[in-house]
Amino acid sequence: MTAKAATQNACKLCNPLGACLAFRGIEKCVPFLHGSQGCATYIRRYLISHYKEPIDIASSNFNEETAVFGGSHNLQLGLKNVSQQYRPEVIGIATTCLSETIGDDVPMILKEYRAVMGSDEPLPVMIFASTPSYSGTHIDGFHAAVRSAVKTLAEEGPRKNLVNIFPGMISPADIRYLKEIMNAFGIPFVLLPDYSQTLDGGPWAEYHRIPPGGAPVHAIASTGCASASIEFGSTLEAQKSAAGYLEERFGVPRHHLPLPIGIKASDRFFAVVEKLTEKPMPAVYEDERRRLVDAYADGHKYVFGKRAILYGEEDLVISMAAFLHEIGVLPVLCASGGKSGLMKKRLLELVPDLEDPGIRVRENVDFVDIEHEAPELLPDFLIGNSKGFTMSKRHMLPLVRIGFPIHDRFGGQRLHHLGYRGTQELFDRIVNTVIEQRQKASSIGYTYM
Amino acid sequence: MEPMNHYPDPIKIREELVEKYPAKVAKKRTKSIIINDPETIPEVQANVRTVPGIITQRGCSYAGCKGVVLGPTRDIVNIVHGPIGCSFYAWLTRRNQTRPESPEHENFITYCFSTDMQEEHVVFGGEKKLKLAIQEAYDLFHPKAIAIFSTCPVGLIGDDVHAVSKEMREKLGDCNVFGFSCEGYRGVSQSAGHHIANNGVFKHMVGRNNDQKEGKFKLNLLGEYNIGGDAFEIERIFEKCGITLVASFSGNSTVGALENAHTADLNVIMCHRSINYMGEMMETKYGIPWMKVNFVGAESTAKSLRKIAEYFDDEGLKVRVEEVIAEEMPKVKAVIDEIRPRTEGKTAMLFVGGSRAHHYQDLFTELGMKTVAAGYEFAHRDDYEGRHVLPNIKIDADSKNIEELKVEPDPEKYNPRKSEAELEALKEKGLEINGYEGMMKQMLKKSLVVDDVSHYESEKLIEIYKPDIFCAGIKEKYVVQKMGVPLKQLHSYDYGGPYTGFVGATNFYRDIDRMVNNPVWKMIKAPWEKTGNEAELAASYVTQ
Repeated sequence: MTAKAATQNACKLCNPLGACLAFRGIEKCVPFLHGSQGCATYIRRYLISHYKEPIDIASSNFNEETAVFGGSHNLQLGLKNVSQQYRPEVIGIATTCLSETIGDDVPMILKEYRAVMGSDEPLPVMIFASTPSYSGTHIDGFHAAVRSAVKTLAEEGPRKNLVNIFPGMISPADIRYLKEIMNAFGIPFVLLPDYSQTLDGGPWAEYHRIPPGGAPVHAIASTGCASASIEFGSTLEAQKSAAGYLEERFGVPRHHLPLPIGIKASDRFFAVVEKLTEKPMPAVYEDERRRLVDAYADGHKYVFGKRAILYGEEDLVISMAAFLHEIGVLPVLCASGGKSGLMKKRLLELVPDLEDPGIRVRENVDFVDIEHEAPELLPDFLIGNSKGFTMSKRHMLPLVRIGFPIHDRFGGQRLHHLGYRGTQELFDRIVNTVIEQRQKASSIGYTYM
Repeated sequence: MEPMNHYPDPIKIREELVEKYPAKVAKKRTKSIIINDPETIPEVQANVRTVPGIITQRGCSYAGCKGVVLGPTRDIVNIVHGPIGCSFYAWLTRRNQTRPESPEHENFITYCFSTDMQEEHVVFGGEKKLKLAIQEAYDLFHPKAIAIFSTCPVGLIGDDVHAVSKEMREKLGDCNVFGFSCEGYRGVSQSAGHHIANNGVFKHMVGRNNDQKEGKFKLNLLGEYNIGGDAFEIERIFEKCGITLVASFSGNSTVGALENAHTADLNVIMCHRSINYMGEMMETKYGIPWMKVNFVGAESTAKSLRKIAEYFDDEGLKVRVEEVIAEEMPKVKAVIDEIRPRTEGKTAMLFVGGSRAHHYQDLFTELGMKTVAAGYEFAHRDDYEGRHVLPNIKIDADSKNIEELKVEPDPEKYNPRKSEAELEALKEKGLEINGYEGMMKQMLKKSLVVDDVSHYESEKLIEIYKPDIFCAGIKEKYVVQKMGVPLKQLHSYDYGGPYTGFVGATNFYRDIDRMVNNPVWKMIKAPWEKTGNEAELAASYVTQ
């Protein structure tokens, strides 16, 4: 493979997008981008096309003057206006490549703003994440925002019977499932960010300035007193993560797990929850697992030996690869636009023999790179977000859509990926993709496959 | 049509819209919220900076330049110089359609090229990487043209995309490489990017190819971006009428067509805001007059065709145009007759674009629907009030930063297609030659005109007017629908369309019928929900 100068058809999005998404998972929070208004507009447009829900993002609306003389005035005016119109409890501020390039010191500006505003009226909590789009990807922005929320709000206090869940960038349906699990175990928990309602809610009987839902400020404050944190994301390092911060600062133990996709990974997650709650597995999930095992056995004949190309965020790809391996599908190419440098290492921990069948792991690639390698790998199907469609069409390969963004199918926000239930859904979809392909390829017209 | 009698006093509405703002902001916004009077059109404050923290519909200069104007030309390789986000978000995969001559012909629209600038480039400069990227694109595709777009950090770190483009153009020899300084912080909206794009296309493309296309009535279609296949429908109608389309700017266009555009004898303009600069500059340099048309709406299409025939002043063409209209209209009429009883008297609001909020009012009129409030996202005063206000528009600092090209008549290619007297005679006949009357003249007295409507204001407007449909874009769609009002996207058409011409009009009627009469709006309230006074209010507010 030759190194290219230009990225063609990127397999990653930019840093501030992730931060805005995470901020939507805090109650009564308005995300605010410090930079040109175009960033807010593009990111809103992009997130909305996936979630199909309103997403307001304010901006400090840089112009040429601001770009030259700094954005302090615009940021302060913007915060004031947002506060007055939306009455938020939290403003989540993220930078863009513009404000980072000119070197605006946002914490300093916020300090000044607080001083100017005085203490007559309580100010919204301001959470700040540095998210220059010239480094990292949307996932880095996501984690930076979550870590910053915790850093800003978490308080010390006596240990509580409370578990923190930092699930990373998962679907609203996945979030709801995790909450259901924690409720079934009967343990108090804080899940951050929680955009299960803000990004997948119902119609409004009355007007809301900020959509209802999200992790409340007082809940985030209590994460410092939790008895433990569970954090998903194989490549997420402690020094960049919320749970890492809480462990270091308040001694809250961090249980760092891969995204629980597949039986093995889900078992591992449920084992941790069982241990932390000291409660047995609720019958409902035992049943889910049994049905899933049953499905694996029934569907094995369809998927065993199939070859898949897998792409997306590194953590999603790692967990998906382990799951595919578990059901007998060979993830011949595991690709990501991210470049943590850890992808292969973490995947080897889950699939130690991955090199024997020649599974390739590629960081920092785009769709043209992926497509370049594809033909010799003889894949049966692709798994990833909507952006793989061009490749899927050109090579006549079916595409199983997962993750983000999904804007060429309906209901991306309601897809499950995690736990026994999510795995079941993924497994059914993959099996059906294979069956459909066989049915289409058959000249006989079987109606029974 | 009935006037706006049964609505609250528009002056009170305006007060309500701005009451949550700090005094200074309220004062500023008041100048952009205008009570219309089509007789004595009041002044609208437009094309001024959005106040920080006011959530706007507007995008940036880069979006207008790369996303709108340059994006739809299928055989230009567009390289975005900057971090990855900007290129990813402007990745055109659906909105603008194109139809290559054959599968072997180039189509780069579905690609997203970026130099994917990293921290080291911000610190040490990105020109070297940009050159490599241009070389790579050339080696891979041998395109006729490569365009470079600067994103925010580029201007600040001092990368000179124009010098790099020139160097590479000379080095490559047979590939036209040119750059655009369309950093997102320039200007007040995507409008700045349109202007920058017009300048670049005019300077680097138009006039390079002097081949004469066959045809008696040759025109360019300006400001038509082929969203949802709009240009295809207009092309179909032109062909049927015997009108030759030299180039369209820029839906379904090619480098070759744009380079050849100066051989046409008329420029017709759809989106006045994004492309009027091109019309002006081509008139000055080549002597091609431009004329405002509107192919959105069946009646408007017929009217525009008649104007074109009038311009060319050819009996054969006039007869043919009438034949085409007579052939197409009955199909349109049949659909209107079916649908209009279900749409008659309903109300619409349009907050979109720089021309769309005007054009689409014609379609609603054809459905018997009333536009109660409208406004543009990124227009200027002339788009609201008409071009006669141009001399009075104050040039502020933001507009001053956008280059005005000095255009002179071309020593060889300047050829006035019509004499001054002929142009005057055409204007007498009602043709908008080198002119545009704007949106407000067509709107009802006491209807509301709001420039750069904010998220907050649009929510208030819905509460007050309870329109049957709201037209904007995807950013507004879901919040409006949360309130029980359907939103029609007029940027991407909700992936429907085309909506231009005769076929497009019927598509639009059917879509609007489906939306305003969708039974889901009546299901919002569950049967077990109480019907106390308060609940009733809320329910009528969401279902009306």
